Amino acid sequence: MNFLSPLTEGLRGLGRAVLFLFTILAGIPAALLRPRLILQQIYSVGVLSLIIIVISGSFIGMVLALQGYRTLVNFGAASSLGVLVALSIVRELGPVVTALLFAGRAGSALAAEIGLMKATDQLSGMEMMAVDPIKRVIAPRFIAGLVAMPLLVSIFSLMAIGVAGGHAIGVELLGVDDGSYWSQINQAMHGTDIRDMLIKGTVFGLAISWIAVYQGYHAAPTSEGVSRATTSTVVVSSLAVLALDFVLTAFMFH
Amino acid sequence: MPSRSLELLVGFFVSLGIAAVFVLTFRVASLDSVGDSGSSYRITAKFENTGSLARGASVKMSGVRIGRVRDIGIDPETFQAVVTMEIDGARNNIPADSNLKILTAGLLGEQYVGVEAGGDPEPLKDGSVVTFTQSALVLENLIGQMLTSFTQKEPKAAQPAEPAAAAPAP
Amino acid sequence: MTTAADSLVRVRSLKFGFGPKVIYDGIDLDIVRGKITAILGPSGTGKTTLLRLIGGQWKPDAGSIEFDGIDVHRQSRSQLFELRKRMGLLFQSGALLTDLSVFENVAFPLREHTAFPESMIRDLVLMKLEAVGLRGAAKLYPSEISGGMARRVAMARAIALEPDMIMYDEPFTGQDPISMGVLIRLIQGLNKSLDLTSVIVTHDVEDVMRIADYVYVLSGGKVLDHGSPAEVQHSKSDLVRQFLNGEADGPVSFHYKAARGYADDLMAGRE
Ligand SMILES: Nc1ncnc2c1ncn2[C@@H]1O[C@H](COP(=O)(O)OP(=O)(O)OP(=O)(O)O)[C@@H](O)[C@H]1O
Ligand SMILES: [Mg+2]
Repeated sequence: MNFLSPLTEGLRGLGRAVLFLFTILAGIPAALLRPRLILQQIYSVGVLSLIIIVISGSFIGMVLALQGYRTLVNFGAASSLGVLVALSIVRELGPVVTALLFAGRAGSALAAEIGLMKATDQLSGMEMMAVDPIKRVIAPRFIAGLVAMPLLVSIFSLMAIGVAGGHAIGVELLGVDDGSYWSQINQAMHGTDIRDMLIKGTVFGLAISWIAVYQGYHAAPTSEGVSRATTSTVVVSSLAVLALDFVLTAFMFH
Repeated sequence: MPSRSLELLVGFFVSLGIAAVFVLTFRVASLDSVGDSGSSYRITAKFENTGSLARGASVKMSGVRIGRVRDIGIDPETFQAVVTMEIDGARNNIPADSNLKILTAGLLGEQYVGVEAGGDPEPLKDGSVVTFTQSALVLENLIGQMLTSFTQKEPKAAQPAEPAAAAPAP
Repeated sequence: MTTAADSLVRVRSLKFGFGPKVIYDGIDLDIVRGKITAILGPSGTGKTTLLRLIGGQWKPDAGSIEFDGIDVHRQSRSQLFELRKRMGLLFQSGALLTDLSVFENVAFPLREHTAFPESMIRDLVLMKLEAVGLRGAAKLYPSEISGGMARRVAMARAIALEPDMIMYDEPFTGQDPISMGVLIRLIQGLNKSLDLTSVIVTHDVEDVMRIADYVYVLSGGKVLDHGSPAEVQHSKSDLVRQFLNGEADGPVSFHYKAARGYADDLMAGRE
């Protein structure tokens, strides 16, 4: 019985998390009637993540262009640089890196905030005022994460491919022809690639928001409990993102 | 946070994100659209062999893209490949007897459908079936044919090898 | 014991524990409508736990709690929420929402549960804040006020919806003598003017005895004694007298129960 307990504990945790997700989903219609609360949360998970996303996107695009150019130029295929950058970003790096940054920047903050609200009796206080914290606190944050992630992924990808990343290095610095940079991208990519990118972004957003609010809401009401919830939010959601990415990519691969 | 600037910032963020989606779809993936005119029509053609032609590949006329390959299937009776193409609606005067070839961009590049204009005053319309086609060059067939022509016709080796899959020219 | 009709809250053979740890071992308790009831007991007895049980946040292991004749723990979630609008609970910590200003904290229950126009909410909030002497602090945030002030803000918030009953968890800790006097008069005044029923949980024996109409003394999961302040002060029970007079030695131990003796524990470290 003793050596089985980690297993049963894990299963119980998973069951609790799934039930919690259903509770949140049931609270979403009520939360949608209060758009101002959602707006506030989009501000704190979306707008406040913008800078880190823009900067990371640019740098990753630039690094990809440098590395890609070094390899491609050996085959006289430097004009395919755009394809290399765009495909890696849109299919993999855009959604995954954005999700990892989002987990670190927004997921951890979400878990800490909710955990602290619990530790200081704010959630109990709401319940005693006949206000459901799931509808008032959890659901708006969950929705905001779901909305913000695909938008952040798109901004990240655009920065990496076009605005400051690959384009700046490839075209401005290394002298790849601007026209062939874009036309090669155009040839190689389809609308479905963008659609898949948005699907990945949304799924990752759901996973991270879910994990973060769950960890916060079920944190032990102490400072140690809150710090543990924050840490496990980042660890668990990073692993979840990588695992989900594999599954989604396998599906999209046909 | 005063509510006006909150709304402003969130509005800015959301429109930035949506703009990024749009730029990505139009600039990067060109949204599978076949032209600027918005309208389009579909034609089909049968090929002996489509090689590595893929869905989404370009349809080009004199090197200019005029459409995209929408679907590739098999005719259940003749076992030929049936390629459905979507052509930009602005190109509504392509002669009905035009010749379609599956060509390769560069030595090892992507395959695409090339259109060589014919002389028929009747243009291609939605649902038209193009009868004059030339299949993709398949390297193995090409080499095979070269070898046979070398071994069989030793004295006339100077004659160039004909591609095996070539369909009759118009 | 009071008759059934005039008790707003009726607790019957309540049993509750955290896992193996028994907090309540079958207690009966009545809170009389319109009166101030004090619940006294040493720290860690489970006074806060009792308030949470009455508020329906935790479920008893056995026994029942009725509020105005309605069994608190046999309600659906929405019925329970309706019931909670009729009771206010003042948390020991205040439990103010830290992302909202003092004004917005007091306005919170009004905004959530009423459709009052903004001007009316403003008037109501300022009235409640004036009542606890903190109208001047309306614009401050919870991080900018002291613990004692926070508790008074929480009090203004608890009376915002004008409930039937307010439960105060340790309202006096952290108050200076002046605001303490003000609070005591405030609780008394609210009780009269709003026809409230008040429950005060505290270990501040002296002050609460002045305003309470009825007193319960809890310890070790049992009701040790109950009655009017005068009756309880002359209780036959040694435990109650010890507690009321604040002596460390006596039947009630100041120490949390330990597995072994003090000397043994000290010696154990040297092995
Ligand atoms: N969530 C919990 N899980 C486990 N045990 C708890 C929990 N909350 C309280 N306890 C235990 O229950 C007992 C009663 O706690 P409670 O907070 O009700 O005491 P109290 O009478 O309000 O004390 P104080 O006067 O110090 O506030 C304590 O001994 C505490 O250890
Ligand atoms: Mg307590």
